Amino acid sequence: MQHSRTQDTLVGLFVASGIVGLFFLALQVSNLSSFVTEDTYLISARFSNSGGLKVKSPVSVAGVRIGRVSAIRLDKQTFESIVEMNIESKFNTLPEDTSATIYTAGLLGEQYVSLEPGGSEDHLKNGGQIEITQSAIVLEEVIGKYLFKKAEEE
Amino acid sequence: MLDFLQRLGSATRASFAKVGRSTFFLSHALAGIGEVALRPRLLVNQMYSVGVLTFLIITISGLFVGMVLGLQGFNILSDFGSEEALGIMVAASLVRELGPVVSALLFAGRAGSALTAEIGLMKATEQLSGMEMMAVDPIKRIISPRFYAGFLSMPLLAALFSTIGILGGHMIGVGLLGVDDGSYWSQMQAHLDFYDDIVNGTIKSVVFGFAASWIALFEGYDAVPTSEGVSRATTRTVVNSAFTILGLDFILTALMFGDN
Repeated sequence: MQHSRTQDTLVGLFVASGIVGLFFLALQVSNLSSFVTEDTYLISARFSNSGGLKVKSPVSVAGVRIGRVSAIRLDKQTFESIVEMNIESKFNTLPEDTSATIYTAGLLGEQYVSLEPGGSEDHLKNGGQIEITQSAIVLEEVIGKYLFKKAEEE
Repeated sequence: MLDFLQRLGSATRASFAKVGRSTFFLSHALAGIGEVALRPRLLVNQMYSVGVLTFLIITISGLFVGMVLGLQGFNILSDFGSEEALGIMVAASLVRELGPVVSALLFAGRAGSALTAEIGLMKATEQLSGMEMMAVDPIKRIISPRFYAGFLSMPLLAALFSTIGILGGHMIGVGLLGVDDGSYWSQMQAHLDFYDDIVNGTIKSVVFGFAASWIALFEGYDAVPTSEGVSRATTRTVVNSAFTILGLDFILTALMFGDN
């Protein structure tokens, strides 16, 4: 092999650029950098309607993301939606009487859970449940109510 | 009628025999890993001809595919006033589908056909039998390094294709059409998942690399040792690889992304 030196260099360059590409995809493109296997704890909340909330939707306090929705289930007895959320362990001082609301980012954007801390001295622990919740606003419902009211007035 | 049945029977038997030969061939080639580990030189040489020489066509195609996605995506998304979603659209289509599939098709066309022609010609000029006469196992010496080189190069090429494509989409979307730079990346990061999208895309490209190298090498090794036989084998490599890649892509997509 005469050109084995250049060949080695080129192969090395090729492998290195391929690995750089993979790292670029992992760090810059996907959400890997935003949850580097942090410690989390689980809390849940019951909503009468969880709307368009999805697994992995953000959970935020005062607009800052502190966790993600990990599961959404239906309670077969009460027909309520049980939303489980993974909260980062560094935010472990949420008061017990925190309330949860489902909001929409923008008019047609994705839905997220917003937590409103209360004034209690005790903190929510792993497996804790949020008692005060407000359901997602379903746009059709609001418009329907508005039109109904309008018709009643006339 | 009887004649037809006889032909059908012999075609069936021939295709089963081919499946059997190719499976035996694959296990033999896989078993050559010891040889490859002992002589990394062979692998590096093949990585050069399979990977480095395919590098250019992959990067240029990736760039253009990304730029086209940027333009088309912008036109469609601006109808809905959501140009900010351009990043996620470009990245998801590249990482999940276009990156692995298009780079595998290019790989089959560029590297696979060259491998088939090379091996077929070696067979036609009796170099393979010559090696056997010298008690050198041609599968371990010739096929295995090429197989592992293709298998290793493919995911790297697919990752490069996606990366360059995303940068190409960025160039058109952000540089030319005025999508916000921050939302291009943040929408992408918010919606693409490392395991669901990047890892699954990489698994796809590994599977495609495996299939394309296997087909190319087996067609070369199994070619009729004449110039016509080699040319037919090369055609078969490109056609069969394309079918196999697209078929496998459907199955893998259904398995990976079907449940949500």
